[in-house]
Amino acid sequence: MATLLIKGGRVIDPSQTRDGAADVLIEEGHIAAVDTAIPVNGARVLDVSGKIVAPGLVDLHTHLRQPGREDKETIETGCRAARRGGFTTICAMPNTTPAMDQRGIVDFVHQEAERLGLVSVRTIGAITKGRQGRELTDFSELFDAGCIALSDDGNPVADGFLMRRALEYAKVFDRPLIQHAEDPALVAGGVMHEGLVSTTLGLRGIPSEAESIMVARDIALAELTGGWVHVAHLSSAQSVELIRQAKRRGVHVTCEVTPHHLALTHEAVGEFDTRAKVNPPLRTEKDRASLVEGLRDGTIDCIATDHAPHTDWEKEADFDAAPFGISGLETALAVCVEALITTKVLTWSQLIEKLATAPARIADLRAGTLAVGASADLVVIDPSAHWTVEPQRFVSKGRHSPFAGRVVTGAVERVCYRGVESEP
Amino acid sequence: MTTTVGHEPQTMAWTRKDLLGLRELSAEDIRLILQTAESFREISLRPIKKVPALRGKTVVNLFFEPSTRTRTSFELAAKRLSADIVNITPQGSSLSKGETVLDTVRNLEALKVDALVIRHAAAGVPHLIAQRATSAVINAGDGAHEHPTQALLDLFTIQEKRGRIEGLRVSIIGDIAHSRVARSNIWGLIKLGAHVTVCGPPTLMPAAIDQLGVRVTHDVSTAIRDADVLMLLRIQHERQEAMLVPSLREYRLRYGIDQDRLTHAKPDVLIMHPGPVNRGVELDSRVADGPFSVILDQVTNGLAVRMAALYLVCGTRKEEDLHGDTPH
Repeated sequence: MATLLIKGGRVIDPSQTRDGAADVLIEEGHIAAVDTAIPVNGARVLDVSGKIVAPGLVDLHTHLRQPGREDKETIETGCRAARRGGFTTICAMPNTTPAMDQRGIVDFVHQEAERLGLVSVRTIGAITKGRQGRELTDFSELFDAGCIALSDDGNPVADGFLMRRALEYAKVFDRPLIQHAEDPALVAGGVMHEGLVSTTLGLRGIPSEAESIMVARDIALAELTGGWVHVAHLSSAQSVELIRQAKRRGVHVTCEVTPHHLALTHEAVGEFDTRAKVNPPLRTEKDRASLVEGLRDGTIDCIATDHAPHTDWEKEADFDAAPFGISGLETALAVCVEALITTKVLTWSQLIEKLATAPARIADLRAGTLAVGASADLVVIDPSAHWTVEPQRFVSKGRHSPFAGRVVTGAVERVCYRGVESEP
Repeated sequence: MTTTVGHEPQTMAWTRKDLLGLRELSAEDIRLILQTAESFREISLRPIKKVPALRGKTVVNLFFEPSTRTRTSFELAAKRLSADIVNITPQGSSLSKGETVLDTVRNLEALKVDALVIRHAAAGVPHLIAQRATSAVINAGDGAHEHPTQALLDLFTIQEKRGRIEGLRVSIIGDIAHSRVARSNIWGLIKLGAHVTVCGPPTLMPAAIDQLGVRVTHDVSTAIRDADVLMLLRIQHERQEAMLVPSLREYRLRYGIDQDRLTHAKPDVLIMHPGPVNRGVELDSRVADGPFSVILDQVTNGLAVRMAALYLVCGTRKEEDLHGDTPH
């Protein structure tokens, strides 16, 4: 494999506390050197002056739909969408059909991703068989197959006894259980945040407490067991505060937030706009501001997309009938730039930490880094490029986005995975 | 008839394709519908109850949810304006065969219809259809969202009985959380200058209802005292199952309107109910049939209001269309 010299960019690598002008030399699919003024020496040169060079982004929360709902997304279209969004590692959630609750299905996903070679696909196995919340899966088998965590995502583990046992047992593996924190009884068929907008539209609401009560329970169980709980897609101010206090007490809890919860509120539902129907729901401005602050002060560890693609016809239904979810991989970076960089909440280096370094750390992957010897997975970003979100041009099969039509800043220019560099 | 209708719409024009709810209407829009309804009311009193105002127009009653009075009211309204009307109900149609709502509508539009009257159990279905259909859409009740023609006929009835709406005190009592009638009435009454109180147990109040500009009380005597109009809402049996009220008996004891409670009301209070009435739950029979009740006037006025709604959205305003079967 020929050597590649990525020249003249601003290299941001929080794992090496690097943020400055540098060149990146790639040999045999790996990072060979990061330094100022690396001599060309016959390497192919990619001039990226004015651009940011960062580790490929890492997504802890992707729904690839395959096996089962290949009409919504396939591993291939999901990987292409990831690349388009600057992600070189994605973690596939287990709510496939059948669920990723045993080795065969996990192996299939890994093998298909490997065959495609577009990005690295890791997997999150189910905590319970069939994600039914009754019997634990064989954790050893799933971790041996390469799962980076376990989750019943989409479903919470509602039974407190079962969650306690799962947290205790998972300690052997030092891996997190990812909880979709939601008390099903309090959700009670709700379809959006319970508040002024739901009342105006006559839609059933989901109170913030449906999430925060489960977050509080899981913190208590993590404290009881010494296990590690990772809370998926935080949405409410109360949840942020609960986790802030738990971390101060030294509880082993981590969490993530999505770009859409950082950028939007329940007002985005407007007149029954199903593109803004997502679970957990978009909440109030107070909640949104708390999530931003939680990300800034370190309460929230990382950003994850919760990319949840659906077919057009499913989303083009009434609000009750339409499925929850946003197609998020291709807009994640730009939405974060708007919500966090333009508003000066985070620096670019801090944003890359939240989108690459931190999720790789939680997943225990040698990714999200430009350390010498690491796989040459990186992204070239034009931080000032403006573009318009046009979901009909998404490579994901999910062409539904509440950001449609929005002019955003920050574009993925090139993506390099295992040393192979191309347009995204 | 001819004179009134012939002159009235020229001052204000109806510019909307659809009638989806009262929240999006201005006070002027609402007054225009009420005035148009006023001019249509007389048609139903004639021996020959028909004018050719919508001759050649096709209206579809697309009711995904069962309904007797609203569907019949729209059907008669269309017929009295000489429109062709087709009724589609879930039983024995593609609505029960898993076809998507939009596919049903696309098929109807391919048959070149002019207006779709839509009732659906889910909030927002009329909006979904209106955004994609070229025909006019009238919301005949969507989930707990809006029921604009019901609120318009309520406004019409209050106007008829009291001569005004501005400054009146209207108390809406019952299951506010699940009521499209309550929401449409709140928007309409406030836009026309009435003071609105909503009353019911906290379990039947939606979140942040106070932010809509209404007074909220859980005490029925507060809602009755000083009220010019008491608007009762139906309490559905399912609410008991969902633990929203312990029992219908307890609801009646605490919130039911009977003659004893009415002794504290204004002497000329109006009792209204969108129907169907649960006699002995939210409303005692003697009150429902008593002298203050205008429940059947509401039904009668509903016909005129729905004629007005169909007439306005079908976009026919030429005077010669309205000359009726009466000699001239």
